[in-house]
Amino acid sequence: MINLAIEGKHSNTAQVAGDQFQQYLTFLVGKDNFGINILDVKEIIEINNITRIPKTPDYIRGVINLRGNVVPVIDLSARLDRQRSEITKLSCIVLVEVDVHGEGQVIGALVDQVNEILDIAEANIQPAPDFGTDMRTDFIQAMGRVDDNFIILLAINRILSIDELSQLQRVATNQANLALSDDTSNFKKLDNSDEH
Amino acid sequence: MSEFDAALAIFTQETEELLAQMEYGLLSLEDNPEDMESINTVFRAMHTIKGTSGLFGFDHVVAFTHEAETVLDTVRKGERPIDETLISILLNCKDHTANLIQHSLLGENEPLPETLKAVGTDLIAQLTGIPASSATIATVNTSTDQVTLTSCNQGSDDNWLILLKFRKNALRNGIDPLSFISYLKNKGDIVEIQTLAPELPSGHLMDPEACYLHFNIIFHSDLDKQAIADVFEFADDDCDIRIIAPHSKVEHYLSLLQEQTNDDETHIEKLGEMLINIGALTQNEVISALQQQNNHANQTNAMPKPLGEILIEQQFAEQPVIIQALKKQQSARERNIAEANYIRVDSAKLGHIINLVGELVISGAAMRLLVDRYGLNDVEEVAVGMNDLVSDIRDTALKLRMVAIGETFSRFRRTVRDVSGELNKQIELVISGGETELDKTVVEKINDPLTHLIRNALDHGIERPEQRLALGKPAQGTVHLNAYHDSGHIVIQIADDGAGLNADKILAKALANGFVTADQQLTRQEIFNLIFEAGLSTKEQASNLSGRGVGMDVVRRNIEILRGSVSLDSIEGRGTTVTIQLPLTLAIIDGFMVETENERYIIPLSMIEECVEMNPAEWEIDNIQHYISLRGEVLPYLRLGDYFNNRSRHTGRDQRESLVVVRFGQAKVGLVVDQLHGEHQTVIKPLGKVFEQLQGISGATVLGNGDVALILDVQALIQHAIKKRGAHVHATTH
Repeated sequence: MINLAIEGKHSNTAQVAGDQFQQYLTFLVGKDNFGINILDVKEIIEINNITRIPKTPDYIRGVINLRGNVVPVIDLSARLDRQRSEITKLSCIVLVEVDVHGEGQVIGALVDQVNEILDIAEANIQPAPDFGTDMRTDFIQAMGRVDDNFIILLAINRILSIDELSQLQRVATNQANLALSDDTSNFKKLDNSDEH
Repeated sequence: MSEFDAALAIFTQETEELLAQMEYGLLSLEDNPEDMESINTVFRAMHTIKGTSGLFGFDHVVAFTHEAETVLDTVRKGERPIDETLISILLNCKDHTANLIQHSLLGENEPLPETLKAVGTDLIAQLTGIPASSATIATVNTSTDQVTLTSCNQGSDDNWLILLKFRKNALRNGIDPLSFISYLKNKGDIVEIQTLAPELPSGHLMDPEACYLHFNIIFHSDLDKQAIADVFEFADDDCDIRIIAPHSKVEHYLSLLQEQTNDDETHIEKLGEMLINIGALTQNEVISALQQQNNHANQTNAMPKPLGEILIEQQFAEQPVIIQALKKQQSARERNIAEANYIRVDSAKLGHIINLVGELVISGAAMRLLVDRYGLNDVEEVAVGMNDLVSDIRDTALKLRMVAIGETFSRFRRTVRDVSGELNKQIELVISGGETELDKTVVEKINDPLTHLIRNALDHGIERPEQRLALGKPAQGTVHLNAYHDSGHIVIQIADDGAGLNADKILAKALANGFVTADQQLTRQEIFNLIFEAGLSTKEQASNLSGRGVGMDVVRRNIEILRGSVSLDSIEGRGTTVTIQLPLTLAIIDGFMVETENERYIIPLSMIEECVEMNPAEWEIDNIQHYISLRGEVLPYLRLGDYFNNRSRHTGRDQRESLVVVRFGQAKVGLVVDQLHGEHQTVIKPLGKVFEQLQGISGATVLGNGDVALILDVQALIQHAIKKRGAHVHATTH
């Protein structure tokens, strides 16, 4: 698959020689094609066992063992407010290094299929529209035009922002606690009825 | 190691580094004589060594480095050009300084050997260009002349010389000199006896009941000195006994000294011990010599005389033997200094080793898994052996990073001193348990919370002297820092004898801020621990030190990040004690693996009390209020699968469940799991920033099969279980 991608890159380079390029890795999430800047990508790996982390929101798939390091995996589809991804043979984890207060942290993004690496001329990269997509606009870095199609180029650092992920998680944890205390109040009613 | 020794070790290390820097500076000056930075480095090295040597009273070093420093100062000011000859002289000076320091370390102000002295004077002459004679070298103690042994060994080489001087009271105390001599006959041959009466007064002054007799006995025997001395044991109080060894014995002692090897290399034998060991001295002789040394020192208020000198003066032992013993002691000391050398290691390297050991532990687990799976019996034994080695390596590697907490504690002396001045309070800091060790990475992170808690104690806790006196307390307040180990944790306590906390005040404040509701019934302990909530301060007026209600929550968070806990207890008017519990290490722990709903979790082994079957037939179990009566003890329990809301697979719980009883501090809780997998060496991998807020999970580890398992945060689970149960109790009492 990677070979294929590199071939694609070459053919593109030939077509638009002499222009300024940015390279983007494209992949499928659900049925949509997205791209992220190749410079953000550290590695693409197959899926091995993902360990679920309890009491976390849906979009946190869990953690994996990456050569002895524990790396969180984000379900990109769920993070973009869609369905959770089903894991198939084509599913991959794209490892991205995001900046956390000056330190790099590796995070995995679960995608349904990795496609290719595209060269997109800078002239063909346009700012994101304010409306017209079902996504949070700050998740979109830009739109890239390839031939007649537009690809959404994701602001992966925003999507995988550690600060936001951990904040949201606290909300999720609190909700879980609330749910538990709801259980409690149910019991309370139960107990009361027992007494009567 | 005493504090002084510790300081000395640091001094050695530091001077070595400084000298290395000096050498480097000088060598780079050779290439680039104009380099001011290098000149400064060299000057600083000499200057610092002079300063620190002065602290230790190493006068030789101070005297020499002072000269070098003076010259370097002129170079620094540009008054003297630096050229190759000066650089090579300075390089020699560096070597000489190293030698001087080496020499000084052997003992405080030991006389300088002539060779070293000569080199020093010569170098100073070269440095200053002034003839050697006028050099101002401080000679401290040049009288190295050995005290001469007055008595020579009479008789033939193989004979002992026994000098008996009976005191006047000997006869009155029932001592019969003659009986000793006849008894001595049984032990060997008396070659010759001289009977002396040098103190015998003239006729009318003589006391017929007094004993004026002295005997010099030349005695031939194969016995050792102690055995001969034993003959006169009963006369000890009434007789001065000198037993002088024959020449052959002296040689014998010398060879014994030579042969004697010290098993414990770090222990320097005392001179007396050494001589008793080889039989050259008896116990009594050493004791009496030590007494003399003490008396002498007390009378003259001067430095005590060396024991060796006294021994020779008193003819307890022979000069060559003493000299040999001293030499031996010296070389042991030298070796000790050489061995006490620390290797300074980049902590990153240690971290790397610990990471590698972690990988090793995981690989070991993977290997065990394969051995078990394929039932390789012949490999089994090797695997078990290797596993043991890996645990040993793991423990040793972790110990490398262990440091005593004392240094962190003593840093607060300054804080206490400064703050008490600022606040006009009299406060004493008492430190105990400073030798308690914990991982360096933990030590680094505990500093801030500790500072905060101590400042709190100083500011909120201890009252002003006049207030204290009015309350009948001593004017000087005390802050006590204590540390000790407890079941895989280190416990740090900060206790003050100040005003203490008012539980009602805290509760009122917490109610006002909405932390608690009025119908909640809280224990004293729970009320006090509200202090760790954000935004709660009972101090009416915030000072620049503390009291803004931020801080205690930060303290708790910082400690919880280290997988520790903090609690507070107080008696109003008597004082406050804050107790911090921290894990000893952040790297590898002994864990216990359990499984629930097909997910594996690790529980730190040190926190597990016991595992029992969750059997309703055996224990009384209340499924609604979640408690179990375990041998009469009522224990709240928590179903792990429920807590981690793993609702994917809610089986009818037909299989047997187990109860793992965990303890943290005083609190005990049962965790219900599906399966127990047994002990597991657990390499703690951080979960990273994403999961910082996660409750109930403190970290992750990699299992032998490469999967990730989560480590339970037992403390949080216990708190949750107790809180939950509290809510139920509360609900039912309504």
